[in-house]
Amino acid sequence: MAAELHVELVAADRSVWSGEATLVVARTTSGDIGVMPGHQPLLGVLESGPVTIRTSDGGTVVAAVHGGFLSFADNKLSLLAEIAELADEIDTQRAERALERAKSGDDDAAERRADVRLRAVAVR
Amino acid sequence: MGAQLRVYKRRIKSVTATKKITKAMEMIAASRIVKAQRQVAASTPYATELTRAVTAVATGSATKHPLTTEAASPSRAAVLLITSDRGLAGGYSSNAIKSAEQLTERLRGEGKEVDTYIVGRKGVAYYSFRERAVADSWGGFTDNPTYADAKRVAEPLIAAIERETAEGGVDELHIVFTEFISMMTQTPVQNRLLPLSLDEAAEESGTKGEILPLFDFEPSAEDVLDALLPRYVESRVYNALLQAAASKHAATRRAMKSATDNAGELIKTLSRLANAARQAEITQEISEIVGGASALADATAGSDR
Repeated sequence: MAAELHVELVAADRSVWSGEATLVVARTTSGDIGVMPGHQPLLGVLESGPVTIRTSDGGTVVAAVHGGFLSFADNKLSLLAEIAELADEIDTQRAERALERAKSGDDDAAERRADVRLRAVAVR
Repeated sequence: MGAQLRVYKRRIKSVTATKKITKAMEMIAASRIVKAQRQVAASTPYATELTRAVTAVATGSATKHPLTTEAASPSRAAVLLITSDRGLAGGYSSNAIKSAEQLTERLRGEGKEVDTYIVGRKGVAYYSFRERAVADSWGGFTDNPTYADAKRVAEPLIAAIERETAEGGVDELHIVFTEFISMMTQTPVQNRLLPLSLDEAAEESGTKGEILPLFDFEPSAEDVLDALLPRYVESRVYNALLQAAASKHAATRRAMKSATDNAGELIKTLSRLANAARQAEITQEISEIVGGASALADATAGSDR
């Protein structure tokens, strides 16, 4: 059996996903980073973007995170985000509409949020 | 029906209606406490992990950050007071306000200027009635706060703490809110959020005594701390708002329960009085009849002779 790490994906108001994984890919402010079991203790600032989790049963979980942190210690990875959504939970059409609306209304934050959601869906 | 009896009946009817209302409010508040408690529980993992991360960075690196080091001579402090928008909650808001007043007094005694920030219309009303200066205030979400609300509240606080003291910034950040201990007990607490006291932070996240690993920072310890601390403040404010909301509902429930009990008591007393009035009326009627009859009898007995 391959080595595993425990992942907790936590949003400010709820716990989004938790489980065992073999690889987690996330985007920090200084570039993409992949965390595998046994990685050295790490604390990083996340960029808004999709996070890909390869679960130990071979599946893939994709989530859109909007700002946040990742911290890895003792084979336990915590992904903290103010807002985090699993790609399965995202309504593509609604996100597209939101993107359109945000683009025309020059609301940068909303545009970024909608963009991140769509990217997460695309990765899935 | 006699006048007195009618008055009693009318009062009983009105108190019964009031009792129904307070009973309904009590039950609504009781169901909201459970919901608010669940929200507090749901926000705990984030808060715990964040506190752990902040503790890890602050202890694991030799970084000096304005938010973790005490100013040599603090001269200004910000106090965030969390009250409710609506009353009917017993002493809930006034207790929180009293606690904030004490804290303000103490800080002034230490020679610090105090900027007050208020959440909840009750607190705003108290301060504006006394014409005290309020740095900023918010309202309209105290019953059901969201993370976005916490962000909105935290924003000016973080801005104030990052500004130089000479330019109107603050050295310390305190928060006064009502802690939800149990359904029956809620007490106002005064917490110092910043500068961060690491011992307390470690205690809250339950990591006291635990040796934290040597973290690798991405991109650097300073940047991580810069990004972490505002989130930390937001999450603490969010937690305080949620606890305050739960406390408010618990206080409302208790106040409404005693109002219902009092209404029941009042109905009991009034019905006793109404019964006595009815009895008195009947007794009077009988004695009037008897008196009338004997008067008639006396009159006829006299004419016979």
